[in-house]
Amino acid sequence: MGKGRGESLLVETGYSMQFSQILQYLLSGLSIGAIYALIGVGFSIIYNATGIINFAQGEFVMLGGMLTLFFLEMLKFPLWLAIPCAIAASTAAGILFERLAIRPLRRPTPINLVILTIGGSILIRGLAMLVWGKDTHAIPSFSGDEPISIGGATILPQHLWILGVTLLMVSVNKFYFNRTISGKAMRACAYNRRAASLVGIDVRRMVMLSFAISSAMGAVAGIIVAPLTMVAYDVGGMLGLKGFCAAIVGGMSSGIPTVMGGLILGVLESMGAGLISSGYKDAIAFIVLLLLLFLRPQGLFGKPESERV
Amino acid sequence: MKRELLKFLAFALFVCLVPLACRGGYLINVLLFVGINTMLAIALNLLLGYAGQISLGHAGFFGLGAYLSGILTVTYGWNPWLAMPAAAALVGCLAGLLGFPILKLRGHYLAMATLGMGIIIYIVFNETIELTGGPSGLSGIANLSIGSLTFDSDCKNYYLVWFFALVTVLFSLNVANSRIGRALKAINDSEVAARVVGVNARLLKVQIFALSAIICSLAGSLYAHCMTFISPASFGFNFSVELLTMVVIGGLGSVYGPFLGAALLTLLPEILRGANDYDIVIYGALLVLMVMFMPGGLVRGFPELRRRLAKRKGGVEHA
Repeated sequence: MGKGRGESLLVETGYSMQFSQILQYLLSGLSIGAIYALIGVGFSIIYNATGIINFAQGEFVMLGGMLTLFFLEMLKFPLWLAIPCAIAASTAAGILFERLAIRPLRRPTPINLVILTIGGSILIRGLAMLVWGKDTHAIPSFSGDEPISIGGATILPQHLWILGVTLLMVSVNKFYFNRTISGKAMRACAYNRRAASLVGIDVRRMVMLSFAISSAMGAVAGIIVAPLTMVAYDVGGMLGLKGFCAAIVGGMSSGIPTVMGGLILGVLESMGAGLISSGYKDAIAFIVLLLLLFLRPQGLFGKPESERV
Repeated sequence: MKRELLKFLAFALFVCLVPLACRGGYLINVLLFVGINTMLAIALNLLLGYAGQISLGHAGFFGLGAYLSGILTVTYGWNPWLAMPAAAALVGCLAGLLGFPILKLRGHYLAMATLGMGIIIYIVFNETIELTGGPSGLSGIANLSIGSLTFDSDCKNYYLVWFFALVTVLFSLNVANSRIGRALKAINDSEVAARVVGVNARLLKVQIFALSAIICSLAGSLYAHCMTFISPASFGFNFSVELLTMVVIGGLGSVYGPFLGAALLTLLPEILRGANDYDIVIYGALLVLMVMFMPGGLVRGFPELRRRLAKRKGGVEHA
């Protein structure tokens, strides 16, 4: 499928660009898109379980990267141990955030939740800055930096890791939501929270679980992208917002549509940066976001839904 | 209404006398920023506090006002007094046009859309280098002047800015007590109910959005002409959050709350001097704690706290 898109774009640009260059943009777009997809799925999981858009989602991406670094450098863990520790710690942070801030909120109106999660996001970012400082750090690649050549384009092994891990996460997610009792219970909450609680589902536990899963996914995204883009206390903001854009493209689905949304966004961004202007790269995602919210709030693939009051 | 007017006059008198107490110097400069931030906080409060519509892109309107004023005076040699209303009108039109699709959205989606809008504006400031000077900013913006009086010192600018800020306070006081203010509050409580009783919610929301943007633009113009230098860094997402914090801390939907929030948040970094990096942590913590424990803001929170304490004391005495 990825190749098909590349070819059609090639036809549109009238063969003016080298095939290898387009392929290069496509491949790097797909790998950054996979990151957006993971973050976007995290957004959707919480949204579906609770109706909350968690503005702090990006901070868990940052925590994933920063905590890996912490375990690597401070505690001298090997990489294979540092990664699960970082994921576990970020997940714990996600659960803590839900327990300490979201659950005790007395008047959970959308405005209050927006303000609360924005405040939480800034607080987490600020604490990370106090603890780890403002410097940008690099994390070693998982398996070397030997470039691999594909049809004239070169990619790093880390790109393959990103695509592979994303595929794995999405499959696990799908299995969880379709095949396990707890996953089905969470879907029930997404359809109708009241009805779910009437059939004996502990909705509050599901809410906590949704925060746990999505902060874990965010952390994974942050860890696999860190060797490519470096990590600092403030990387969460932009990545989180792009992940949200992916979720909007996918109509806030926690499955394939959001993954597609992330990939499309990544490729658009990478092509836009390469073919139009790199300065406006970040604007592309937000223009897509605004256009979709205005014209197709149900997402690119969804059917229109009647408005509920 | 008479009491309100007295309150306002006392506030205005207070504002006029403050500079005498601090005898010029650096503090005046900070208080000038309190004035600009008060205007911005009031603008956001009209939208968020009264109509209940959140915006995370107001720093963008502030920046547009500043840049339009700057570009019109520096590059095109306009008179600052002409550039200011021109900028405000343009920003108002833009906000009005954007308002129709944006304000169709609610809650979280509205927050994200306005955030996206703010970020796009910020990127444009950075990238249109031949127009705005890009990340290194735009300098040499003329001071405002009336006849032979040029507003070129902090003290003169203080009175200039606070003149506009007080007009804004008076204006928001009027809106709050008017038919429109009541309609906005109705929308805030329940948009459906408001429409049922004949409020044109759609149009009113867009109007208040545009109005709020116009006030931000005026504040931006003032900022540009007082500072004579502007750069995109002042108009990013962080500043939008700072504005939100001011309004939430002060008290949503109150007239003097935004001033309180603006004063607190502008003075806080000065008080915590040396702890410059900590302010972001403090903003975050303040937002979280306020929403959790004092959702009415300082303006309502303190009286409520006192009442609760008094009640507890009373209860003990009775027992």
